[in-house]
Amino acid sequence: MKIVVCVKQVPDSAAKVVVEDGKVSWGDAPLVINPWDEFAVEAALLQKEAQDGEVIALSLGGESAKDALKHALAMGCNEAILVSDPTLAAADSQAVAKVLSAAIKKIGDVDAVFFGRQAIDGDMGVTAAQTGRVLGWPVLSLVSVINSLDPSAHTVRVGRATEEGRQVVESSLPAVLSVGKDIAEPRYPSFMGIRKASRAEIPIWSLADLGIPAPAVQVHWPEIFSPPAREVVTELITGGSPEEIAEKLADKILAEKVL
Amino acid sequence: MSNKIWIYIDHFKGQAHPTAWEVMGAGLGLAEKLGGGVTALVLGQESQSLAALALQYGASEAFYADDATLADYRPEPYAALLASLSKQHTPEVILFPTTTRGRELAAMLAVDVQSGVMPDVTALDVQDGKVVATRPVYAGKLLSKVTCDSLPQIVTTRTRAFAVAQPDPARSGTVSKAEPAMAESAIPSKVVEYAVTSGGVSLSDAAVIVSGGRGVANNPTLTPPAGLDEKAAEIWRAQQGFKLVGDLAQVMGGAMGASRAAVDAGYIPYENQVGQTGKVVSPDLYVAAGISGAIQHLAGMRTSKMIVAINKDPEAPIFKLARFGVVGDLYAILPPLTEALRKKLGK
Repeated sequence: MKIVVCVKQVPDSAAKVVVEDGKVSWGDAPLVINPWDEFAVEAALLQKEAQDGEVIALSLGGESAKDALKHALAMGCNEAILVSDPTLAAADSQAVAKVLSAAIKKIGDVDAVFFGRQAIDGDMGVTAAQTGRVLGWPVLSLVSVINSLDPSAHTVRVGRATEEGRQVVESSLPAVLSVGKDIAEPRYPSFMGIRKASRAEIPIWSLADLGIPAPAVQVHWPEIFSPPAREVVTELITGGSPEEIAEKLADKILAEKVL
Repeated sequence: MSNKIWIYIDHFKGQAHPTAWEVMGAGLGLAEKLGGGVTALVLGQESQSLAALALQYGASEAFYADDATLADYRPEPYAALLASLSKQHTPEVILFPTTTRGRELAAMLAVDVQSGVMPDVTALDVQDGKVVATRPVYAGKLLSKVTCDSLPQIVTTRTRAFAVAQPDPARSGTVSKAEPAMAESAIPSKVVEYAVTSGGVSLSDAAVIVSGGRGVANNPTLTPPAGLDEKAAEIWRAQQGFKLVGDLAQVMGGAMGASRAAVDAGYIPYENQVGQTGKVVSPDLYVAAGISGAIQHLAGMRTSKMIVAINKDPEAPIFKLARFGVVGDLYAILPPLTEALRKKLGK
């Protein structure tokens, strides 16, 4: 069994993100593995442990994205590959999907590709579905439980969350899955894992290595800006017993006509 | 000649998802600027009657497809049919709601028709005949303008960001049936089971949300049942607190949310989490009880119309966003607040 898990490097979720000179800045906040992707890594490692197999972490990004891959290695992935190419700086989601698909094909004999639900920087949440579509593989998004994943029978059975409830879906393999947070709590990297990851050689594949031209880019981001400051005058409700405060607060809420 | 603006009506067994008519509202707004009317697409069970209803909500034309292969929602046959219709009629814009189905269909359709997708947008404008979308990034810490060179321009609209279209039974238009684009034998997946989870208002759609944080476990006067270890006693305490949070939510017809800290501590299921790694919400009223306001949480609720904060710590960052604040113990404030609102709302 061979699973590829796609991870992205993003600014930490606690970062104060601002625009400086038209560019996004997160100050000295660290770059980390996208938190949603840790769930995908965990889900892949659980499959690897339940049945013989290997998990390959794949990322697209600059040289620094090796750190996100090292985190995946430290968690227990067997190998990591970085796809990096200067022509991909302005890639849109479909260009990313095309590049990831080419890398997945180059890896070869892949049974399943795992993604997190979305990256916390762009918040697009479309890369899993687009990569599946480019590969021509079935897409199973927002998977909350993997009931079975059988590479020899080429079948996978998962539970996935929708707005109205839970669907159990059976599909052929290879397939692309995106997982939600309820799949399993991601493990912390072990001391041994961290040591192994720090020594790991991570190959870098360019588009030439993948044998594809730079994909066309159709979506553009002409402007990025801070949202208008929220102008609120906070009124503290004070004085009296909790009952009196509650009564005053109830009147204030009703007077705002939001209910 | 079909319309330039198409909208995908998301539904479950013929019941339109609450955001469906927001997408219609967004589509009608674009049609005003780009000209022409709106075409509605409805696939799956009971889609014919919903297509007819879409005309009342403002579509001048609707396609439906209720073939057996489309009875259960599956992305492959749905995306294939949308792609075939799009190639045949060449719309300029296709709008979806940002539901689980809408987002993945928009993404897959974009690949099929070799165009761009702009997911989860909060505003739409037109410049030189092309859509300029606004979408939050970094969980709303920043906003970006987004455009797409190619046609169709595929967009998903964020829940509660656009005004709903209003129905008028006097409106009419044409309803056409579309044929499926994939045979059953070619579809790679099948739905083997479906469990509908009932009850409660969903967080993303809720007009009112009451959320609890770590503070809900902080009531030393409660005595947990004997025999619980420390962690179990803490969770028991938190559950008593969340009961008060839930009571207030219920009296206002709202949903119950939670901070990541409360979810990570095991007080409440993940599906209730509001924030950057939970749900991003934008209700009319957001009540934060025992939530200090970590940046991840604020990112998930900062666009709420009105925020009320109840917290023991007067320095809690949540107060900076709050219209009304109470510096106090949620255990003391929530029960009488629920009671007062119950009386005043006549419930």
